[in-house]
Amino acid sequence: MSSPELDVRYVANLARIDLSEEEISRFQSQLGRVLEYVEQLNQVDVSGVEPTAHANPVYNVFRPDEPGKSLPKELALKNAPHSANGLVMVTKVVE
Amino acid sequence: MEIFELSLSELQTRLRAGELSAVDAIDALETRISTVDPKVRAYLSRDLETARKEAAQADPSKPLGGLPIGIKDVINVAGEPCTCGSKMLENYRAPYDATVITKLKAAGAIPFGRLNMDEFAMGSSTENSAYHPTCNPWDLSRIPGGSSGGSAAAVAAREAFATLGSDTGGSIRQPAALCGCVGLKPSYGRVSRYGLVAFASSLDQIGPFARTTRDCAMVLNAIAGRDPMDSTSLDIPVDDCTRLLGQDIKGLKLGIPKEYFVDGMDAQVRAAVEAAIKQCESLGAELVEVSLPHTEYAVGVYYIIATAEASANLARFDGVRYGHRASNPSDLLDHYKRTREEGFGSEVKRRIILGTYVLSSGYYDAYYLRAQKVRTLIRKDFTDAFEKCDALICPTSPDLAFKLGERTDDPLRMYLADIFTIAANLAGTCGVSVPCGFGEVDGAKLPIGVQFLGKPFDEARLLQVAHAYEQSTDWHRAAPAL
Repeated sequence: MSSPELDVRYVANLARIDLSEEEISRFQSQLGRVLEYVEQLNQVDVSGVEPTAHANPVYNVFRPDEPGKSLPKELALKNAPHSANGLVMVTKVVE
Repeated sequence: MEIFELSLSELQTRLRAGELSAVDAIDALETRISTVDPKVRAYLSRDLETARKEAAQADPSKPLGGLPIGIKDVINVAGEPCTCGSKMLENYRAPYDATVITKLKAAGAIPFGRLNMDEFAMGSSTENSAYHPTCNPWDLSRIPGGSSGGSAAAVAAREAFATLGSDTGGSIRQPAALCGCVGLKPSYGRVSRYGLVAFASSLDQIGPFARTTRDCAMVLNAIAGRDPMDSTSLDIPVDDCTRLLGQDIKGLKLGIPKEYFVDGMDAQVRAAVEAAIKQCESLGAELVEVSLPHTEYAVGVYYIIATAEASANLARFDGVRYGHRASNPSDLLDHYKRTREEGFGSEVKRRIILGTYVLSSGYYDAYYLRAQKVRTLIRKDFTDAFEKCDALICPTSPDLAFKLGERTDDPLRMYLADIFTIAANLAGTCGVSVPCGFGEVDGAKLPIGVQFLGKPFDEARLLQVAHAYEQSTDWHRAAPAL
């Protein structure tokens, strides 16, 4: 683990969140301290240890590929900030 | 005795005897809420009319017939708000019932009221709610714990008989300890999370708060079980979690994890938990010292894994299908960035940034993968410890309830408040916090909780031990003066 190199401005762009200058500098120092703290994980010998993704070792849970009940369209659209003609309206993505 | 003072099972007895009706119970809660909630502020909203209609139809012969249950504002109940304590979902209305709600309704219960929480369940004090903080019913200048602070405070303040919360790193057990009620986190895979707004999917679990362990067992019985809508819910027989209640604990082995009695923990907490351990010994339990050697790494592992998963889960809040949307975006990127800037509060942004960073190219192996490997070691610590004992006993929180505002500027210090609860989520075990005494700070009497941790899917045994301890003391009967 390298020493903390967190660039909050760069990561905020990856996460698609605008931050104010004040938030950028505050998060930089607060998260810097958190990353310093998690550096202690470097002390643990993890050679040959398999990662745990979640607590129960179940994998590939399948169900029969049969159509089931789904949310009615009107209900699914009810919470959409913009909708028209039974569709969700999105911000323009092509010129 | 006032109706609102009854425990859930006492209320059930009265309903079944015909001495009270479910409508009486809703009315009693409504009066109590209007009296104390202006001080405690546990509720975000409630729909009295619907609850009263459901109560009029109640069938007390059902497992939870006619019993009102408060719901943390992170679980979908069709037609009700589900803000998650966030401005992002201020105007959202749930289009469907979460599986736990479907099951509660099938058992005859009445979901009643939306309870305050840290935004998207991120926090240990409920101060991260975008709406208002909740106050500890024992001292209104202090926090109730979090993230399910509203669910815990409502039960402690006798403005709910039982509630549901969610526990990702201690969000049920820690507020239960700080408010003086019982809070149960079931084993990972015991309860379906379908309809729970996801925070960290490998850790999240829904569980009950109530005044007694028996009440928690009743609610768990109703909500447990495999659900095809949540592939992490395990297909194992649903146990009757009340079946061992009342059996003595003579000869059961209780493990004391030595790493959970650290320097720096509150002296009053330590004394109360040590007294609880002695009490269990006097009830016939055999005490064994066990070691969970990787305990000191649990908080670090948790804040990498939980934030990584949160950064992915919260990507769904993009201002398209539901939730807040920024006005007049110049393009799609501006739409996303301003929607999320305006909709999320500070702690949520902070955790998304951290989670995005630990998953980002060049850092994934160093942080996320390493944390997952240390998680394997933490899980093995528990497997090894449970070979030597039937359950573990330890503190729930290292501290008593702290003052509102005391830690809001210091996220790391806030994160360390979860030190004794986090490992159970990483390992997938079940755990329960039970009142075990009081500490005193500046003249305020503040509750302390003792935590019992059980083997995965051994809730019946866990609750047997917790119940035996609880019933041998009077701590769970204490109520705050409001």
